Amino acid sequence: MKMIRSMLALSLLAGVSAAAMAENIAVTGGTAYTKGGYGKVENATVLIADGKIQSVTAAGEVPEGYKVIDAAGKIVTVGLMVSETTLGLTEVGFSAGIDDGSAKGDASIPLDAADGINPDSVLIPVTRIEGVTRAYTGLEGSKDMWLGQGAVIHLGNGPDLVVKRHAALGLELDEGAASSNGGSRVALWYSVRSKLDGAKAGGKEDKDDKDKKEAKPDPEKDALTRVLKGEQPLLVQADRASDIRKVIELKKAYGVRVILVGAAEAWRVADELAAAQIPVIVNPVQNLPGSFDTLGATQENAARLHKAGVKIALVGLGTDNARLMPQYAGNAVANGLPWEAAMDAMTVNPAEMFGVADSYGTLEAGKDADVVVWSGDPLELSSAPDHVLIKGEEIPLVSRQTKLAARYHPVSRAPEYKR
Amino acid sequence: MTRWKASAHRRLAAGIAVAAVAATLAACSPEGERQPFVGIDKDPFPSTYTPLESQTTLIVNANIYDGVGGEIEGGAILMEGGKIKAIGQSIAAPDGARVIDAAGRWVTPGIIDVHSHLGVYPSPGVSSHSDGNEVGEPVTADAWVEHSNWPQDPGFWRAAAGGITALQLLPGSANLVGGRSVTLKNVPGRTGQDMKFPGAPYGMKMACGENPKRVYGSGDHNVLHRPSTRMGNVAGYRQAWADAQNYSREWKKYEADYKAGKNVLPPKRDLKLETLAGVLDGEILVHMHCYRADEMVTMIDVMKEFNYQIASFQHAVEAYKIADKLAENKICGAMWADWWGFKMEAFDGIRENIPFMHEAGACAIVHSDDDIGIQRLNQEAAKALADGQRAGVKVTKAEAWQWLSLNPAKSLGVGDKTGSLEVGKDADVVLWSANPYSVYAKADVTFVDGAVTYDRHDPAKRPVSDFELGQPGEGDMK
Repeated sequence: MKMIRSMLALSLLAGVSAAAMAENIAVTGGTAYTKGGYGKVENATVLIADGKIQSVTAAGEVPEGYKVIDAAGKIVTVGLMVSETTLGLTEVGFSAGIDDGSAKGDASIPLDAADGINPDSVLIPVTRIEGVTRAYTGLEGSKDMWLGQGAVIHLGNGPDLVVKRHAALGLELDEGAASSNGGSRVALWYSVRSKLDGAKAGGKEDKDDKDKKEAKPDPEKDALTRVLKGEQPLLVQADRASDIRKVIELKKAYGVRVILVGAAEAWRVADELAAAQIPVIVNPVQNLPGSFDTLGATQENAARLHKAGVKIALVGLGTDNARLMPQYAGNAVANGLPWEAAMDAMTVNPAEMFGVADSYGTLEAGKDADVVVWSGDPLELSSAPDHVLIKGEEIPLVSRQTKLAARYHPVSRAPEYKR
Repeated sequence: MTRWKASAHRRLAAGIAVAAVAATLAACSPEGERQPFVGIDKDPFPSTYTPLESQTTLIVNANIYDGVGGEIEGGAILMEGGKIKAIGQSIAAPDGARVIDAAGRWVTPGIIDVHSHLGVYPSPGVSSHSDGNEVGEPVTADAWVEHSNWPQDPGFWRAAAGGITALQLLPGSANLVGGRSVTLKNVPGRTGQDMKFPGAPYGMKMACGENPKRVYGSGDHNVLHRPSTRMGNVAGYRQAWADAQNYSREWKKYEADYKAGKNVLPPKRDLKLETLAGVLDGEILVHMHCYRADEMVTMIDVMKEFNYQIASFQHAVEAYKIADKLAENKICGAMWADWWGFKMEAFDGIRENIPFMHEAGACAIVHSDDDIGIQRLNQEAAKALADGQRAGVKVTKAEAWQWLSLNPAKSLGVGDKTGSLEVGKDADVVLWSANPYSVYAKADVTFVDGAVTYDRHDPAKRPVSDFELGQPGEGDMK
């Protein structure tokens, strides 16, 4: 975070609204990566109008009326996407009132994360000023192994952050899920198959009397039907190689789309995952046998999966530090993942996996203008965003944290008067 | 300050023996035969550490951060007999020395993590391995974390691969007083005692704030107990110190009376108060988990009231609000680069906490409290450094390395032995693949007392714990 810049932005932040949008902006002179880690354009002119990318050209002219952002000597990329969070649902996770990231009610499958998202969460500015502009968000806990339906959100301004509802249906098929759902994988799998079989059977049209009223709404059946039709992927948490093989079988048996998350031992099943076209969300720094599920965990997981042809996406450290994803990506690169693949894993890959690639994920004409100008290599620890645009709107690089830092630097007798 | 000698009559210090003596005494007159003096063995679980086998090693063509703020480009460092023998621009190789051409790679002091629960919350983290919090009551100063340490935790060797050469194991922060800490050399051991850093003083863990009041006061463990408020926390610390003062006086009186020739019996040993009294005597260092600025300042006053020294505040998420007071009272802050927000007392975390502390002249330490984080503390320092520089703090990479090695060593009372690349100190050294402030840098070789504990390019020098034998991924690059 640029402290000086944030001080300037303080005045901007007061009363900023979505109305600030729709400025025409040109980002000039930087090295742009238009498609993940590829599509490199030197001395790029990125033109933005109506919140969308118009064009990216080398040394392109800037038309009249465009506000210019000088990116000379800097790196320009798409805003990054974190693939598993509870952003907008969790404010303070512990002893601080409810945490909307976990639901304890008697339903799980039909739950819709979009119902709980708070666009005013202080975590959103904290996250976006680090170059993360999109996230998958959904429940991390429920009454059983089904985690409800998550959403893709943007981290810009405005009352509604939801870009896509029903982006995936969460399902935990790991040791933790087994222990709290029947106390055994044997029971867990029976219950999962029963749900899917039930939805399959119920999918046959009932012979309805025309006089009869419409059938009672059944959001659970609707969610499972979307999954069975391949409209909504299952986001499956599994780590152990044997569990991952079962997930591959599940995909084949029901013809559903699957995104695997966690996946500590996925490298041991990499070829099968590639053949089954199952993309994987990994935490690149996980390398401990934290449980009997993750005995084979290694920091080379991401690199090995990529080498086998598996599409990967990344996460940060939970939700409050989802912003650490680029550091984790850097660690994946240090452990053998090509830099380009790491950039793909934070942009185009999650966009495709969660079905938002039509509007986000590349710097191509017509896409939402989520653009970040980095002071250096986005994965490097010394780098930081100098500019962040979300849907074409420049976001002040200010958060509750930058305000606290400014207030206490230097310390004073009564910081309460310093804003 | 009294240093009790380990008495030749140590077995008499055992409760049963003392009770037997007391029974005997009751049967004879005060002018009867004088009882032997009962001293307390202060080191009943002594370090059995011996350095691993090492050879004289000279690293040349290295860029070096010496850990005391200096930097040498294309320099050399000589390790001999487990110590740093020489450091400079150019050093002649002694006969028979192993010469490593760093070819422009980087050398630093080994990283020391002052806040780890490795071994006590080991991997796998199953409930039978959960040995870090003795939650039965708010003050468990009698619990010694070394008695929970499982030396086969694979996490120790992941940490070695991240350049960790020493670490402090702390009991958890459920309690007002959690118990004694232990400082380890990060070397394999068949027992925890094989890892104990020779000559390191004991530490004692205390905790402010949310944890104790939640654990005891919220009924989480189906028992309502003090403390349930922050004021209850402070009352608890103060009563514990008052009890310890009294205990200390009783033993000092016994010693003085005995020396004066009186036939007196020793007070009953109380292991809790013994540890607390050890703090008051200046022998045991206090490391206190404390997030909020106001609570840290309260604890500074408690410290003055009972005349002891707090070595460090652990986590110290709001240290930046009172960095001047921490500097003035010579209390280190052991901090994360950017963890924040997971509970209310962490809600005001900022990314500049560490550099703002440094700028105020306070002792800043980068710590992990995490089995993943301990593997890349150099990266945590790099983030803190970059955030500080962007905020206008004038600090160089060479100076910032103090956050990782020397300041931690000082706070643990081993700053005279390790923490910098100064001649005569333990050869706790890391050779990095690139500048260690880069995300792409990895520890290529880690040395403890001049011996290789980890070598990324030599499978024979990548430790595999007992637990990992015969498991998926055994011996894999982790």
